[in-house]
Parts: sequence; C-alpha cells; structure tokens
Amino acid sequence: MSARRTIEVALGTSGLDAQGQPLRAPLVAQGGRAVALESPQIPEPDLASDHMLINIGPQHPATHGVLRLVLELDGETVVRCIPHIGYLHCGFEKIGEYRQYNQIIPWTDREDYLNSPGNNVAFSLGAERLFGVGMTERCKVLRVILMELSRIISHNVWLGTTSVDIGAFTPFLWMFQERENVYNLLEGWVGARLTTTATRVGGMAADIPDGWLDGLKAFLKGFTKTLDESVRMLETNAIWAGRTVGLGTISAHDAVNAGLSGPMLRASGVAYDVRKDFPYLDYETYDFEVPVGTTGDVYDRFLVRVEEMRQSVRIIEQAIQRLPDGPVNIDDPRLILPPKHKATSEMESMIHHFKLVMEGPRPPAGECYVPVESPKGEKGYYFVSDGTSKPVRWRIRPPSFVNLSAIPKMVEGHLLSDVIAINASIDIVMGEIDR
Amino acid sequence: MTAPVPAANAAPAPVIHASVAEDANGAPITPVNVPRHGAPANPTAAVLANRFGADVLRTEVIWGETTVYVTKARLHDIVRWLHDEPSERYDYLVDVTAVEYRDADRAIEVVWHLRALQHRRFLRLKVELPKRGPLDVPSVFDIYSGADWLERECYDMFGIRFVGHPDLRRLLLWEAYREGYPLRKDFPLRGRFSRSEQLKQALSADPEARYSMEELSIADAFDSLPEDMKRRIADRAAHGELGEGE
Repeated sequence: MSARRTIEVALGTSGLDAQGQPLRAPLVAQGGRAVALESPQIPEPDLASDHMLINIGPQHPATHGVLRLVLELDGETVVRCIPHIGYLHCGFEKIGEYRQYNQIIPWTDREDYLNSPGNNVAFSLGAERLFGVGMTERCKVLRVILMELSRIISHNVWLGTTSVDIGAFTPFLWMFQERENVYNLLEGWVGARLTTTATRVGGMAADIPDGWLDGLKAFLKGFTKTLDESVRMLETNAIWAGRTVGLGTISAHDAVNAGLSGPMLRASGVAYDVRKDFPYLDYETYDFEVPVGTTGDVYDRFLVRVEEMRQSVRIIEQAIQRLPDGPVNIDDPRLILPPKHKATSEMESMIHHFKLVMEGPRPPAGECYVPVESPKGEKGYYFVSDGTSKPVRWRIRPPSFVNLSAIPKMVEGHLLSDVIAINASIDIVMGEIDR
Repeated sequence: MTAPVPAANAAPAPVIHASVAEDANGAPITPVNVPRHGAPANPTAAVLANRFGADVLRTEVIWGETTVYVTKARLHDIVRWLHDEPSERYDYLVDVTAVEYRDADRAIEVVWHLRALQHRRFLRLKVELPKRGPLDVPSVFDIYSGADWLERECYDMFGIRFVGHPDLRRLLLWEAYREGYPLRKDFPLRGRFSRSEQLKQALSADPEARYSMEELSIADAFDSLPEDMKRRIADRAAHGELGEGE
C-alpha cells in the first residue's frame, strides 16, 4: 500500500499564503516565534510492518449506536473495512406479522427513533393505500408539518453529534436546545416526546391543541436564527473544512448503483427526492427546492442537510398558511373508533368499537410499497395482506441500512481519524439499520 | 492532501424539479388517488413480455403498482436488460426481500423493487419459489452493488440463497446462530430455543467468535493468538461451526 497521506493541522484562518489560501504548513519555533516552514520537510519514517487489525465499536460513542467496524490498517491508512451490524436487532418485521395495523405504529417509533413522527406518517400512508382509503385535507397538512418537523429534529441531531465527533462542541448544545423545543411542541400535541405514535390509519391520534400553531411559529423564528449562527460557525471554519472537504467522496454513478438515498445521494449531485419524484401528501403543491452537492464528500452532505432544514422551515410556513378547518379523521367506521361517549350510549357505535378493538380493521388482499422521503433517505413500507387484520409481511426499506452498506467504499484509503467523520456523515440510526 | 477551504458563500446551487410523476391521464400520482385494480400498468411490463416471451409469467397491477412475475432462470438476464436498456434504465435497486404466505402450500416469493430515476417508474419483479424445491435465486450484486446487504439480510431472515453473491453470510444475526430463519412462518415468534437455552448459548460463546477467520487472517493475527484460543478456533472450523447456520 503506497498511498501515503500527510495531514496538516489547519491553524485558523489568520495565516494566508499568496493565493489567499490558509497556511497549512507545520509551524516551527524560530527566534521565539512560531513561523511556518517554507516547504515542510517531513522525513518519512521507515517502518516496514504488517497490517494491523483494529476493532471500533460496538460500544464506541463515535459509532452512533452499536455499529462495529473491523479495520485493516496500514500505518494509519484504512486498507479494508468490514462492518458488522445486528447488535440492536429486535425483529420488528416479525412482530408486525402478529399485530393489527394500528398496533404496529408504536413499533415504527422505535426503528428510526430520531424520526418517529415521520415514520408514523409513512406507515399510515402505506396502510391507507392498502386499505384503499384517503385522508382529510386537514390531516394532510398536519402530516406535512409533522414530517418536516421530524426532518428538522433528525438533522439537528445529525449536525450536533457530527460536530462533536469532529471536535466542535457549541453547535451540539445549540442544536439539542432547538430539538428540545420541537419535543415540547410534540408533547403538547400528542403527549409523548420521543415515541410519538402520532398517527392512525385514516387520521391522527389527536388534532392540534389551541394555540399550538403560535408555538410552532415562535419555534421557526428562533430556529432559523440558531441554524444560521451554527452554520456560520462551521461553514468557513478551517478545522471543520479540513476534516470534511474531500473525504468519503462517492460519485453520482456509484451512489445510484449502491442504492444510496437522501442527503447521501443528493450530495453526490443526483437530485432525487421522493417528495418531488413520487409526491405524496400533495408535496407537489408546495414551493420548495431540493439542494444538491457537487462532489459528494462529507462537506457537501453537511451543506445539503443544512439547506434541507431551511427548506423544511419554508414548507412548514406554507403549511401553516393553508391549514384548513375540519376533521382530522376520515368518516369511516371500519377504521376509526367512534367517540367514547357514543360507544357507551349507542348500540351501533358500541358494535363498531368492539369489532375494531377485538378484530381490527381488515384491508383487502393485496400489496403495496409506499416510499417517503425520510431525513435519512427513501424510506418505504412494503405491505402484503391476505385479507386478515394482520399483515402477512411488513417490510421496512431502511435508508440508512443501504447507505451504511457503502461505507467500505467510502473509507478505504482514508485515515483512521477520517473514518469517524465519514461514518458520522452517513447519519446512521442503528435502530433502523438493525430493526 | 491539503483540503481547500471553501469560500464564505459556498452554498450549493439548488436544482429545482419542475415536473412530478404523472399517470396515463396526466394526473399527478399520489398515494390516495389510485384505484385497487384497473390503474394503467407500467409500460415496461408490456415491453418485457414482448422481449422475454414465456419467461415473463404474468403481470398484475394492484394499487397502481405493476408486478411482473418472471422465471428464476431468466431473472438475471431480465434485470440486466432493464438496467442497461437505454429506454428503460432501471438504474436504482430499491429493495430485495421475500414474502412467505400463511398458506403453507403457497410458494415463497422473492421480490425486487426497481426504480428508473430518469423515467420516474417503479417496477416490482417477483420469482416464485415452491417450498419443496431449492430456495435459491440468482444474485443481482454484479448489476447493483446496493444488493450486497439486502441479499444478505434476505438470506439471513428467509434462508434464500442468492447464487453468485460473493459473500453470502448472515448479516443481522451472528454466524453461529442455530435457530433457523426468523421470518419464515414456521419460526415461532419467541424463537425456537427456550430462554434458558438461548442464555446458555450466549454465555458459552467464545470471545474470539466475534472475529471471522477472514478477519483474523489480517496481519497474521491468527498466528499471534494464544495456543488455547487457536485450538478453539480450529475446533470450531473443523466442526463447521464457522459456516452457515442450520
């Protein structure tokens, strides 16, 4: 392995060379001051040695969960990377075959647990197509708000944890503060913070409470400011750029061939977004843009995710404008529980209530695959029904599972310390990968 | 390799899509306005039936999604053609999975979800595997590198062998897993072994079982192991415990 890389520490942006680029030469002490060497002469150590086997994880904090990487190192350069997953395997898909449709929704909270409301909406959309029912206009707009809020909190966590991995602590605190604000909003709406179970097949768990939109507007105002400040802190920061630019590059062709999706794919320059290409929830009527990168490195993924958060804010603002009045649940006693006071006073409602709870709604036999754009990429639920109240097969198409499977391609040839940055840039959630 | 520091306003140039996916009548396709039966089929299905004749068994359209049943023998050719043909360009493999029905006589279906990014088309391919026959299908790993983990997971969960996959090992479960294939309908929800047996196996596992022989061969790590560890690993290899489950 002859590829040898030296890495120089970027020493702030104060020293600039003739081309205006930051000075990146090592400093030497000369006459009591630190002076950059004209041409760094780093003697190459003559250390002929065997390759080394190194194990990262599954309990290493920088692996964002229980990912385990077995690395073959030549000096500090990664020659081979063998990922191991499955430490969080819970058998969600198997459990789903033993549950009624509405009973599966709490499980969707727990797979990609940074995106619980988005998973709930995705599940309901899939199940509604299988049942052949629609949703009310108000429900549609509320679901758009939920999906975009959950995109914001997921990208918040990504930005915060990635900056900690790379060495910046402040954005972590700011981003988690904003995430708390969203969780306060979600708590006010559905009563739970992390495991929301916010939707039902054919509607929502609850309508928004009075004054909730005011809280949302206040959050958006403050969030835009925090985001701008965090990004200003990182975007032109020499250390941030030095640890992200040119790392983990993957070409557009390779990214498509490997099945990458979401910001990982768009950073490579492929403008594929399920919201634009296979729209759901009337996303085609919202005015928003799909940011794409040019080189497909870690820095591009950062820019794409930041821009996506700004676009999400735009979408939520439009959704607030157009939120209509009306019911959130469809008027279909085959699916929606009657109100409690009717269930205890009217014969018909009591029968419906009993049959829905004891037997569960039954979709016609059939199958469907409904993709949505989750913060990690294309998440799809594939349902197969045989006409009973429990699915024959409930398959999660996990975006970060497919994205992670490309990690050997991205890290091989890079330094060991870059593995952390590249792994962070994939935005993995092991709950979703292992399911 | 010095990384250039980007300019202050290096925001990505946003690309805006103008069009959305449309059905045959020009209406935008959304999950709620498709009928259960009678939606227009993906035009690729007719092209496939023309070109591959008897190897395309039948086509179904349900909830606006087109499913094409093909024979196991020509599956790889069909996927290769779909990927390479300029007018089709199914360049994106969404998912590989399998379905086993509760009806014990019904064949296991292996499902490929393909997508043509440029034409905005979605196609589902299926191969039926009768339960009495061998559970194997050709791998599409040489066409889509993304099939790697998807096929390994399907093997792990259903025991379907993807012939031609270069590294078909268990993925989510460990290599020495003995209880079979969890997503098969004859696998009980709580697992095949009792809790005490599962615990016993977990506690008695060698710590070195965490590494495969291939990994230990890196840097000749096997040679530098203590004698008793070497002996245990060699025993496991000799008794086939490093191979596949069941």
